[in-house]
Amino acid sequence: MAGLPTAELTGQTVDDEGLFRFLVGHADDNLVLAQRLGEWVSRAPELEEDLALANLALDHLGQARALFTYAAEVQGEGKDEDDLAFLRTEQEFTNKLLVEQPNGDFAQTMVRQMFFDAYQLILWEQLSEVADSRLAGIAAKANKEATYHFRHSSGWVVRLGDGTDESHRRTQRAVERLWRFTAELFESGEVDAAIGRGIADQAERWLSIAEGVLDEATLTIPDDPFQRSGGRAGAHTEHLGHLLSEMQWMQRTYPGLEW
Amino acid sequence: MTEMVQSSAAQLPSSLEEIRALLAEIPDPEIPVITIEELGILRRVDRDGGRIVVTITPTYSGCPAMEMICGQIIDTLAANGIEDAQVKTVYSPAWTTDWMSEAAKAKLDAYGVAPPGSREAVLCPRCRSNDVRTVSSFGSTACKALMVCQACLEPFDWFKAI
Repeated sequence: MAGLPTAELTGQTVDDEGLFRFLVGHADDNLVLAQRLGEWVSRAPELEEDLALANLALDHLGQARALFTYAAEVQGEGKDEDDLAFLRTEQEFTNKLLVEQPNGDFAQTMVRQMFFDAYQLILWEQLSEVADSRLAGIAAKANKEATYHFRHSSGWVVRLGDGTDESHRRTQRAVERLWRFTAELFESGEVDAAIGRGIADQAERWLSIAEGVLDEATLTIPDDPFQRSGGRAGAHTEHLGHLLSEMQWMQRTYPGLEW
Repeated sequence: MTEMVQSSAAQLPSSLEEIRALLAEIPDPEIPVITIEELGILRRVDRDGGRIVVTITPTYSGCPAMEMICGQIIDTLAANGIEDAQVKTVYSPAWTTDWMSEAAKAKLDAYGVAPPGSREAVLCPRCRSNDVRTVSSFGSTACKALMVCQACLEPFDWFKAI
């Protein structure tokens, strides 16, 4: 339903198609990360952390559902959140690359989480002030959750980085593996700028938050300036297809199956 | 209120206040000692033509109890003769533990769940000691953290303040 100016968000007009892609992109980020975190269930280093990772996953899943439901209504094709989650292909997923990266060890999962939580702290804060009251409501709620998540993930990164030689080595390795996916978090297109009030200019703020945690954790940012990108355009790393094949297999194998 | 109104109310709830009072009795599926009203999940009851529209808000975005709560609302209304009903979920204003009454907090405490408040104010629901330790910031449900009392060694849930 392109062309109809439905959402005047920051003075600039965003058409339905732009708003749909915006909502789906952020929903995909949360859904893919929720699926990754869910892979830890029954495998975490201790029971309490098993619960924590499942709780993080649940919050991200809830955020994804709220965004998908809104997106499906904007799209106006009679689809719902499940159609968007389970019946799109890898190329149609537009999550940023950081969230699809494999769990690796516990250190890698926590570094990924801390990078993403620090980003969401800024993102949700910005989106909670947009003129679109529905989006602002979802963001204001999610912002509280991101604050709680960041406290947990940053605490673990410090504990692991400034821990034993082995935990330091693994956490530093995780930072080196994942750093190349961080600049993409603050890439933004025209629609992002119109809706999200220009998150692109918030990269510095993210950097100071992330650097603060890494410093305290005695970890260092890699020298290699190489950065990957392409998630919002559907160009993914080799990991997303495998994640989706597991997440979507039931709907693909038994179309329309319901609990 | 006249006697006539009172007697008809006994058969079928007619006012929105009466309907809300019915729904306010529904226990939270995960912490059944308090109701969805006391938790602040039940926001509004409205009439839209012949339809009753109930508005609820989740404690956390991913709270898995929401679907069960929707079902309980529809069932409660149906049991009271209201078939045409809809449950709407809203996210704004964002749910906060500030909405919980002192009475509801006391019920939680008596149930063994430390009520929401500052971390420093958490007392062991069993022995009232303030010598408590956080075992995990995340507990058995989205809205709770896991604590342990260092005095009596009892593990307990703390309702997270957000």
